[in-house]
Amino acid sequence: MDFTFSEDQLLFQESVKDFLVKEVTPERIRAGWETDNGRDSSLWQQLAELGLTGLTVPEAHGGLGMNELDFVLLAQECGYVALPEPLVHTAMVAVPMLGQIGGELADHWLPKIAAGEAKVIVGLEQNLLVEDAHVADLLLLQRGASIVAATPEQVELRHNESVDPSRKLYAVELSDSAAAVAEGEQAQALVTGAMDRGALGCAAQALGLAQRMVDISVQYTSERQQFGQAIGAFQAVKHHMANVAVSLEYARAPVHRAAYSVAAGEPIASHAVSHAKLVACDAANLAAKNCIQVHGAMGYTWEVDLHIFMKKAWALANTWGDAGYHKTRIGEHIFAEGAVLGAGATFQGM
Amino acid sequence: MDLTYTDKQNAFREEVRSWLAANVPAEALQTFDTAEGFAAHREWEAKLNEGRWGMVTWPEELGGRACDLIEWLIFEEEYYKARAPLRVNQNGIFLLGPTLMEYGTEEQKARILPKMANGEEVWAQGWSEPNAGSDMAAIRSTARLEGDKYIINGQKTWSTRAVWADWCFGMFRTDPDSQRHRGLTFILVPLNTPGITVRPIPQLDGLPGFAEIFFDNVEVGVENRLGDEGAGWSVAMATAGFERGLMLRSPARFQETARRLVELYRENQATADSDPAVRDAVMRAYLDAESYCLTTYQTACRLNKGGKIGAESSTNKIFWSELDQNMHATAMSILGARAELLPHAPDAQGVGNWLDGWLFAQSGPIYAGTNEVQRNIIAERMLGMPRK
Ligand SMILES: Cc1cc2nc3c(=O)[nH]c(=O)nc-3n(C[C@H](O)[C@H](O)[C@H](O)COP(=O)(O)OP(=O)(O)OC[C@H]3O[C@@H](n4cnc5c(N)ncnc54)[C@H](O)[C@@H]3O)c2cc1C
Repeated sequence: MDFTFSEDQLLFQESVKDFLVKEVTPERIRAGWETDNGRDSSLWQQLAELGLTGLTVPEAHGGLGMNELDFVLLAQECGYVALPEPLVHTAMVAVPMLGQIGGELADHWLPKIAAGEAKVIVGLEQNLLVEDAHVADLLLLQRGASIVAATPEQVELRHNESVDPSRKLYAVELSDSAAAVAEGEQAQALVTGAMDRGALGCAAQALGLAQRMVDISVQYTSERQQFGQAIGAFQAVKHHMANVAVSLEYARAPVHRAAYSVAAGEPIASHAVSHAKLVACDAANLAAKNCIQVHGAMGYTWEVDLHIFMKKAWALANTWGDAGYHKTRIGEHIFAEGAVLGAGATFQGM
Repeated sequence: MDLTYTDKQNAFREEVRSWLAANVPAEALQTFDTAEGFAAHREWEAKLNEGRWGMVTWPEELGGRACDLIEWLIFEEEYYKARAPLRVNQNGIFLLGPTLMEYGTEEQKARILPKMANGEEVWAQGWSEPNAGSDMAAIRSTARLEGDKYIINGQKTWSTRAVWADWCFGMFRTDPDSQRHRGLTFILVPLNTPGITVRPIPQLDGLPGFAEIFFDNVEVGVENRLGDEGAGWSVAMATAGFERGLMLRSPARFQETARRLVELYRENQATADSDPAVRDAVMRAYLDAESYCLTTYQTACRLNKGGKIGAESSTNKIFWSELDQNMHATAMSILGARAELLPHAPDAQGVGNWLDGWLFAQSGPIYAGTNEVQRNIIAERMLGMPRK
């Protein structure tokens, strides 16, 4: 039993955090809002050079051959800066799906992803719309009982604006028939796996988003003065923040456990992911609610950076399975006849 | 990261399980807030100690098994699963014991720890006073050194299990001119010393679960001082550290409550679902108990590898106490009109001991440092928010 990350994993997290905080500033995010496609190819190139686009790509295909557990801490940091680029999607969803499909498709696309030369985007029916379809070089779409691979020429995109200006969402229509790359049970397994990884990616980012909102708010309330003192010295303000800290403190381990479960292919992976997604998104939603409150009117403005993180947290809570979807999966597990629950069951009963 | 148990850990679990299966009394003991229940729990402590299961984290030479925190968690899991009796001497074993090992003299350890281990001497904690609750540094009870004796005067209150306990440990003001947390000394007091009056205080369930302790020129030998004179605050903080840390409430306790709650819901689903919030609350209880377990394992593994526990431990107290309240509130909702009935009432079918749990859950956010005080600590020491 060792529920800790290795020294290497923690150091990698640290260095990626340093890079992201330096490069992905709120100013750069806002600049992205002013552009048509909202994505920054020079940043994507930098991420590729750091090995991040290929982190989960097998070494044989030019990647680092790491897994979801190695990536989860990095996904937290992507959340911390509200990274607009589809890095979490790439490493957690697209690359594993390509790997599972295998064959020529994987041989062709995985090296390009690792090199930062191509983006592959997955669109599932559970998600109303497809994130970042406009920058995809290949789309893997769930259509009925199949997964089809479509090139940009084979689809028509209808843009939907999100409350989070960084999110680019599209309805995708196949204008041409696209080749099925998986069907039946195999397609179903791909969809389940992608849902789990997508939700895990959201959960990890939610942790980072919540932490960022806390950091911003602690700083703001230490500086802003009212009644002749820093507002952060008022107990009501402190307790708003302490409540977020408690909720966040108890959301981390479930996310790390879910990442371990997915990477190890444990039978309870889907259950662990639903747990993680629910508690991490709850923590981020509570952070959003309490952090805007302690900012006063400043928190309600476009100018203050808080909303960059708050809006992303709101969006992630309802994508890759909303609370209802994940609670249904939890309910199926715990209310099942003969479910093994209680003391001692956490790591061995299921 | 490897979230599987080692063979050694699995073997340890088996050993705990089979000992408990052979030894846990078939019928639940009476509550230790009664004289007979107290005596029965004391006997159980002796039995645990005979099997060397009383203080698994204590060193072997003191009758323990030198378990690390993961083994301790495994032990607790089996203990709660086996529905073994609550620990009447937990203030001794989990709070004073570790503090004694750190600050006590060899003579004190040899004199006190074995009798603590076998239940011969049960300990009460004497910190709170009528005017020193959350503000513990406002302690007024005094101890005056005369020759090789302290003369103690004053009053302690809310002292759990002091009605039948043998000893209490507490903090007393040894420097009459001192202020706040300076000038306090940690002293161990036998409760049968002349000049002591223990007045039971009935709790919400009507039973005398705690007591006031009055000291009227009580003489205690200087050999019962723990740590240096005037160093009481830092010794006490070490005790509070253990208390607030991992050992006070292991996840197993709440996981078993959550499991029983799922059972209760399933048994009563037809009526329980008339309030759609109930199903959600049951799921939430289960998830939170699991989160508490996962987080505790993560912390335990970090500590096993030499990590330190910091102000984030204050989140722990808030999380489990609110979880416990929520779980019991949900059980009360499920029981509906039966919820208010005492277990022996003729029409109280299937109420189990939820009402008792519900009553006790009300105290969780209060004792061991109120949740408001914990939130202050989190904000100031964990998040770094301004004090003034
Ligand atoms: C079941 C039970 C068992 C106990 N066992 C023991 C024991 O064995 N030994 C022992 O010494 N004591 C024991 N206690 C006492 C316990 O430690 C105190 O109740 C606790 O420290 C709170 O003190 P108080 O009751 O005086 O409440 P107060 O300090 O008067 O607090 C009342 C309310 O005011 C709030 N408050 C106080 N100060 C602040 C602040 N700075 N900021 C925000 N809010 C504040 C509190 O949070 C609380 O809500 C026990 C209590 C209970 C309920």
